Parts: sequence; structure tokens; C-alpha cells
Amino acid sequence: MFEQLSDRLAGTFERLRGRPRVTEADLEEALRDVRVALLEADVNLKVVRQLVATVRERALGERVLESITGAQQVVKIVHDAIVEMLGGAATPLARAERPPTVIVLAGLQGSGKTTTAAKLANLMRKQGRHPLLIAADVHRPAAIDQLVTLGKQLGVPVRAVDPGRVAGDVAMLASGAPADGQDTVIVDTAGRLHIDEAMMAEIAEVVAASKPQEVLLVVDAMAGQDAVDSATAFHARLPLTGLVLAKADGDARGGASLSVRAVTGVPVKLIGTGEKLDAIEIFHPDRLAQRILGMGDILTLVERAQEHVDQKTAEEQARKLLEAQFTFDDFYAQLQQVKKMGPLGDLLKMIPGLGQVAKQLPEGPEAEREMRKVEAIISSMTKAERADPSLINGSRRRRIAAGSGTTVADVNQLTKQFGEMRKLMKQMGSLAKSGRLPRLPGVPRM
Amino acid sequence: MSIDQALAKTRGGFFGRLFGRGEEKLTAEWLDLLEEALLRADLSVSLVDPLMAQLRDLFTTGEVKSVEKALAAVRETLVAAVAGDVRLRGEGERPRVILVVGVNGSGKTTTAAKLAKRLKDSGERPLLAAADTFRAAATLQLERWAERVDVPVVSGKPDGDPAAVVFDAVNAANARGNTTVIADTAGRLHTKGQLMDELGKIVRVTGRARAGAPDEVLLVLDGTAGQNAIQQARQFTATAAVTGLVVTKLDGTAKGGAVFAIAHELKLPVKLLGVGEKADDLVPMDPTAFVNALLPMPR
Repeated sequence: MFEQLSDRLAGTFERLRGRPRVTEADLEEALRDVRVALLEADVNLKVVRQLVATVRERALGERVLESITGAQQVVKIVHDAIVEMLGGAATPLARAERPPTVIVLAGLQGSGKTTTAAKLANLMRKQGRHPLLIAADVHRPAAIDQLVTLGKQLGVPVRAVDPGRVAGDVAMLASGAPADGQDTVIVDTAGRLHIDEAMMAEIAEVVAASKPQEVLLVVDAMAGQDAVDSATAFHARLPLTGLVLAKADGDARGGASLSVRAVTGVPVKLIGTGEKLDAIEIFHPDRLAQRILGMGDILTLVERAQEHVDQKTAEEQARKLLEAQFTFDDFYAQLQQVKKMGPLGDLLKMIPGLGQVAKQLPEGPEAEREMRKVEAIISSMTKAERADPSLINGSRRRRIAAGSGTTVADVNQLTKQFGEMRKLMKQMGSLAKSGRLPRLPGVPRM
Repeated sequence: MSIDQALAKTRGGFFGRLFGRGEEKLTAEWLDLLEEALLRADLSVSLVDPLMAQLRDLFTTGEVKSVEKALAAVRETLVAAVAGDVRLRGEGERPRVILVVGVNGSGKTTTAAKLAKRLKDSGERPLLAAADTFRAAATLQLERWAERVDVPVVSGKPDGDPAAVVFDAVNAANARGNTTVIADTAGRLHTKGQLMDELGKIVRVTGRARAGAPDEVLLVLDGTAGQNAIQQARQFTATAAVTGLVVTKLDGTAKGGAVFAIAHELKLPVKLLGVGEKADDLVPMDPTAFVNALLPMPR
């Protein structure tokens, strides 16, 4: 979601790096680009101004104009300023010394509270905890039914409050949870405007009565400049302990939510990355800063791979790949695993240095369509053809094209690419055996 | 709630500070404040930068000397940018078909229900179609709304085919004599290929239910959204041939300024504004009132 911001800054830095020395005019131009890039990413204006001022001050303080490595210094100064804006390492969710741990979700209408509540319950359960969902949105029609349905899908119990006794019921249900074997209580509240006095009083009461360990503000990753104002107003009424960045799987640049962290000091703790109920991740600010600046996020990639890729299959495939025994069956299996990890372009962007490569790939929907085409072609091959691609002659190609709803040219292209890939891998395999292929640092051996 | 009342909430504070002094002489500082006001309203920097450059030129050459004149110039530019035909298309079609589309949480279900109420109040016989079969209890949410505004609704099964729901609703409208079908669709991020393909299918199947339908594809944009709204509009237009915009949640302090870039680039008219949580809180776009919420008249 933060790609465009990194693209923009990458361009600026590229130009700057091309200069033998940074002049005052170069610095001002770079700062103007940084300002525009941040504003286009919805970073709050106040935060933008502060950041630009900080960078200018430090750049002049470090005498970058006189230095021959001035350009690199400027890049580093911008990088550090953005890291500071995002906050440091991940902040874990608090846990009560004695159960229940109570987590209250708050936010504007449509920010994604109900879905986040269900995802959070799922995450907690994966960590071995026993969550209870409390449906306290008595205002939006069918909001309670929505949470009940999600709870059923997850097998997590859901209790609803009485519309007349929201705060009292939340407190009562929460304190009664441990007796039923539930150690973690997640409270979904109604969406509300920060200027709606009655509604703000209602949630303040819920928090006062249930004494939560966490009060999380759910912020839409697509939000604009107003996000800081509304979050500040929520923070003034509620002891916010963290932010949840919802809908971060789109192409929004998420600058507003990051500004909320910068202005309120409340850390982003979780990030929603998809429609499925397991699409929630612990937020790592330091990793994100690297991604924004096009430096990749190898840690997240490795974690996703570990979560989704079966280790044995991967090892087997890597061996076959390097020995050129790789078949279309293996290729298909690999496609399935990659798909589980998320969109291909996203994955490439996490690899340091490949951010620009990912840009040349077909974008989102197109890439998915391409992938489905490849799947269809492979599915239309016989077992024998998949195991031994050399069998695929002209008439087989026509049959495969007809079966997969593609053209013979598409089939040709795939088999050709596949052959080239095998050749390349064979070369790499022999290089690796001779020990001449350097292993990427930080990447575990396949 | 009237549009002026609703949008008035978005004034005050910072914006009040700016605009209490129409007679005043134009200064460089005032221009800086104006720029800040526009950017903070989510107007795209790609629009604000050239606009401010022009104004600063006019200020330097002495052609514009008063705050009043500068404001009038900006207001005129902005009003022209979002002025368009607010009438819903397909007036004479039977049944007229309106699809409500957008990203998750933008306010589609609420907008569909409020629109049904508006049409009913104007003497039409609307029918709601609950074509969001994906989100848990979305159908139930629309059914509750339908009850509240007393409009019939056609629903499908959870996880059923949304295109089939719209198809059935159009046929039901034909049979029952409903004049307009308003179909609520599932929220989808514009970057999800499969979900966008599904939307494309809904549009195609709607055309099979009645040739030429849908008459209106309304993209619902969250008024609190930032620059991503432009990307949303591009993608939804490419997939579903959007014909108009609805900007929601304008009863908060956000100003929906991202629509200026959308209107500019895609020539899409803003047709309706969501200004509150009640059934009547959907009003036709009023460009002057909308711009005044950004730039109040000097006192």
C-alpha cells in the first residue's frame, strides 16, 4: 500500500544521487519533492511541514552542501525522519495480569471495527488464548448479527449487550468471561463521529466501566487529512493505547494513519491486510519505513513464507529446480503456495532491490488474471505432459489452448518461458554446487 | 438536516480563523493560510499547487489585492470544477436500475436505503436489491433499513451470486410495477481483481435483465477519504462505467476535497451527498454549499 510513496521518493533520491555535489537549490528541490510525495500519500500537513523542516535543519547542520557524499547524507536524513515519524519497533498488545484481558475497539463509521474484532479474536485464538466477542454496536442495523455470523464462522462465542445498558452490560459480560473459560474479551462498539457528544459519552462510559487493557482506535488506511483531527478528538476522550490500520491491502498510501501516530504518539499495533479473517498482522514500524523507502521488507516475507509454505515441499522443489527436474506439476504447486502468501507484486516489493522490478510486473488485477491464465493452461495438460513438457507438440498445444480457453500463442509462450527457466535454474544449480553463488544475507536456506 | 447545516459543522476552528475578514488586504501570509485550508480539505496537491501559483502571480502583479477577490476567484474555480448534472439517469426507463458500488465501509448500504427513501418521497415506487451477499449480515442490514423506510427488498442467499440477485430484482420490479431498482453491492477494494471481475459481471448481467441497464452506477466515496479516492474512482470507472459519485459522512469535520481531482480527471458529476445518519440525510449535490463548507463567505 505504500508503494507509490516509495516510488516517488526513489525518483527524488535517484536524481539527487546523480549530482556530484548537492547545491542549496538541489536540496530545496528535493525537499519540495518530499513535500509533494508525502502530501500525495495523505500524510497530515502539519506532519509534512515538521518533517521537511527537520530534514532541512539537519541537512544544513551536517553541512551536506559542502560534502562530496552530500546526496547520501540527505537520503539518510529523510529516511531517519520517516522512521521517527512511524515510531520504532513493534508494540505488543497488553495483557492483564489476571484474566480477563479486555480490548475495546473504537472508531468512525465504516473504518472496519467489526471485521477487526473478528480477526483479532482469530489471532488471539491462534496464540492459544480463549476470546469472547462482545457486540456493543446497538446503533447500526444488523451490526450485532454481523458479529454473531463472524463468531460462528470462527467458532468464537459472541455475547450482545442490551441497547439500554451498553456500558453496564459490557462490564458485566467481561468480568463474567473467565468463569466461562474465556481469558480475552474483545468489544466491538458502534461507529461514531468524534463531534457527536452523546455517542462519545457512551463509549467513554464503556471504557470507564470495563477498564480495558487496550483501547484501540481503528483507522481506515484510505483516510485523508481529517484522520488526525478525528483521532485527536478520540484520544482526548478515551485513553487510546494503540491504532489498528484497517484496509491496508489496497493501494492507499496510508500517510494519514501514520500521521495519527506522529501527532498523538499512540503506536500502530495491528494492520488489516485482506478480507479473510486471518488477514491481520502485528505492525512493525521499522520494517514499514524500509518498505516506504524501497529498501524491502525481508523479515515480513520470511514470516509469510514460513506461515504459508510447507517447508518439505519447498526444499523438494528447490532441489528439483536446481537439478532441472522441475515439472509443470511442481510449477503449479509453487503457484498455489505463492498465491497463499499474497499478491506476487507485493512479495517482490519486500525483497530488497526488487521493488523496481515489481513495478514492471502487470499490476494487481492484471497480474492475477495472468496467473489464472497460467493455471488454466497447466490444468489443461495431461499428467504425462506436465511431467514431461517435451511431449507437448503442435496438436497437443491446440488441445491445451482450447481446453484452457487461451490461444496457442499463450501456450507456446508458457512452455518457452518454462524451458528457459529450467535452463537458467540448471546453470544456477551448477554454480551453487561449485560454491560460486553467493547466498543472500538474511534469507534462510531453502 | 439541511445541507448547509450539515456542512456548517465542517467549518469553524481553523477555517473560521481564516475567513472572518473579507475586506482585508491580501497578504502572502493569508495566501499561505488558504493553501493550508485547501490541502487540509484533502484537495490534491496537483490541483492546489497550480491554483496557488496562479493566485500568487496575481497577487505579485497587483491584479488581485483583496482577500474578498482572491476568495471569489478560488470559489468560482472550485464550484465550476464540481458543478454538473445532479439528476439521476434513466428517468423514463422501466424499471430504472441504479447500482451502488464502492470500497468497504464507504456507506453503500446506508446510501442505497436513503436513496430509496428519496425516490419514494418523490412519488416513485423503488425496490431495493440486497446484492451484497458477501459481508456477514449485510442483507439483514439492508432489510432493516428497507423496513424503516418502507420500501420492498429482494434478497439472495448468503454467499450466493450477487448478479443473480440484481437479475431477480429487475424481473420482480417488472412484475410488481416498481419504477426503480436500487442494488446495494458488496464493498470491494478496487485493487482486488477477482472482486472487480465479479462487479463487471453484475453490470453485464444487469444489462441482460433489461437492455441498456444499469442506467446509473453510483460510486460511493467516503468523505473522510484521502487521495486514494482518485485511484478508487479510476478503477471502478474502468470496471463498472461509473456515472456519478456520492460523497458520504460529510456530517463530520472532513470535507471530501478529494472529489475535485476526480471530477477534474474523470469528468464524473457528484450527484448526492450523505450528511447524516437519518433516512433523510441524503441530499442532491449543491456545488456552492459544498465549496462554501471549504471556503465560507467572508463576513
